[in-house]
Amino acid sequence: MDTLLQQVVNAISLGAIYSLFALGYSLVFSILGVLNLAHSAIFMSGAFFGVLAVNQLGTPLWLAFILAMVGAGLLSVTLEFVAFRPLRRRNAPRIAQLISSIGAAILIVNIGQLIFLQQFGRTEAYFPRELVSLDPIIIESLSIRIAPIRMIIVVVSLLLTILMQYLVGRTQIGQHMRAVAFNQQTAALLGINVSRIFVFAFFLAGVFGGAAGMFYGVVFLNVTPFIGEDVALIGLTAIVLGGMGSIQGAVLGGYLVAGLQVISVVLGGSSYRNAVVFLLLFAILLVRPQGLLGQSESTRA
Amino acid sequence: MDALINGLIEILKPIGITEPVFQFMLVNAILGVSIYLTLYCGLFSLANAGFMAIGAYVGVILTQSFDLPLFGALLGGMIAAGLIAIPIGIPTLRLRDIYLAIATIGFGEIVRIMILNFDDFVGSILTLVQGERVRFTLIEGARGIKGIPKLTESWHLILFLLILMFFLTRLHHSRLGRAMTAIRQDEIAAASMGINVVYVKNVVFIMSAILAGAAGVFSGHLTRIVTPQAFGFDKTVDILAFAVLGGTSTWFGPIVGGLVLTALPESLRFLKEYRGVFTGLVLLVVIVYLPGGLINTTSWSKFIRRFTNRPESPPDENSGHSTTRAN
Repeated sequence: MDTLLQQVVNAISLGAIYSLFALGYSLVFSILGVLNLAHSAIFMSGAFFGVLAVNQLGTPLWLAFILAMVGAGLLSVTLEFVAFRPLRRRNAPRIAQLISSIGAAILIVNIGQLIFLQQFGRTEAYFPRELVSLDPIIIESLSIRIAPIRMIIVVVSLLLTILMQYLVGRTQIGQHMRAVAFNQQTAALLGINVSRIFVFAFFLAGVFGGAAGMFYGVVFLNVTPFIGEDVALIGLTAIVLGGMGSIQGAVLGGYLVAGLQVISVVLGGSSYRNAVVFLLLFAILLVRPQGLLGQSESTRA
Repeated sequence: MDALINGLIEILKPIGITEPVFQFMLVNAILGVSIYLTLYCGLFSLANAGFMAIGAYVGVILTQSFDLPLFGALLGGMIAAGLIAIPIGIPTLRLRDIYLAIATIGFGEIVRIMILNFDDFVGSILTLVQGERVRFTLIEGARGIKGIPKLTESWHLILFLLILMFFLTRLHHSRLGRAMTAIRQDEIAAASMGINVVYVKNVVFIMSAILAGAAGVFSGHLTRIVTPQAFGFDKTVDILAFAVLGGTSTWFGPIVGGLVLTALPESLRFLKEYRGVFTGLVLLVVIVYLPGGLINTTSWSKFIRRFTNRPESPPDENSGHSTTRAN
């Protein structure tokens, strides 16, 4: 059953989630020039809102998905107001914003933990199996099994990625976002409402992070307050690999990291799966910090 | 000395600080200084928990498997952390703020995963070399090393901290200390003044790693168990919170930060349940409202001014990326 092709299929569905997650990181970084380390907490919140909606409200999966995306988006906007805007007002150094985002991440994860305990009695919750898993589609001639939900995930995440690409590349608000990313002051002088663009970017990043979290929860069925930690560094690796602040780079990076993980599981066992990713992160930072598709830092900053 | 410590503990007991808490406060003060050194030099390194893990494991193995006294283990742990810092620091310290942060977070995770798989890894190499199946157990992977005797005494920690304080006061008046300040303020200007930036950064990084290693040895012989989970990203965030709360404008700040942040959840009982929430809030609130930390006069005056509505000093005209005025 575990043929190479099967592993490729697994890698693609995992890569879809990673790239969706990395997109949010990348969007905020390209527009604000700040790394939002609380993005992994947003990811967790997406899965959490989804599991809450399914279990406590009894909503169907698609509605839970939308609720998760909107909830995570709003939480992300809250972050912008609480953790980033006051520091930007003061012209605080980038490190200060990094620290406040770490603080926000810890805060959200721990509040999540408290709510988990209150709602479910422990720090773990499950998507009901019958809601999620239909019979896997088995392709006999290639001997691979695909769970339908994984196919849906890949398709939806591709659609979302294309939507993002369209939004940033073709619409007016995307043009404004690119202008702000290029130079905030010039953009402001040209009449762009910079803080509204920031709010929008955070909302979009939150929506993508929340969708990724929801998918992650659906694929692995169980949700804990700590699932953000699983992907925090993987997402960072993806955007560093693809080039910080590049949308195509984030998507490419997400799939590459997933592929690498699956290959290292096949070759060396699952305990080295993350070590390989972090060694890659290290190597990329040292050899080509601008990533595969990124520009060099001097032209960016 | 003992009488003095006991007296101090007696005084602190009513506010919930028992001797173990007191000892952890001192260990965390050392950790605060460890991250302070790199921050003072303008390096945002988050590798401290990784070096602490290295120190803890080396120290514990030295006392458990090699029967060394705590002092020998302390030296061993510090040397091990310092030696590993050299090949890590030379390539990574070329990176700037965010990139350095990511690389050092990655380093911490790699250390954690290496500890988790160390036994298996060595075992499989031995199996290859000897041609037969060998089970190797030294650091027990995720289960951690248990049953470590409690060798760390309060006076060890106090003595270490006193020596450290002496060293820090000397450091700030030394050539190296001044070079550190210069690099934090402007790296390029410092380089053009003839300061060897790469050398200073690496020395500071190694010193920080050595201190984290020492704290690791002490804490390993306090908690009586070392597990890789204890040195994850959470630990790094805790350490960062010590420095942020205390402020990094003087060496005194992170020490106070470490002491206060460890003591608070113990003396305010209701905080214990919300420990993580509290740490997050401290980071967020201090960095937003009190950016200089507790031990900093200018940040307090700004903080008070914010609530008394006294006019602020005129805004800096050449400030770079301000968006607020633009809107």
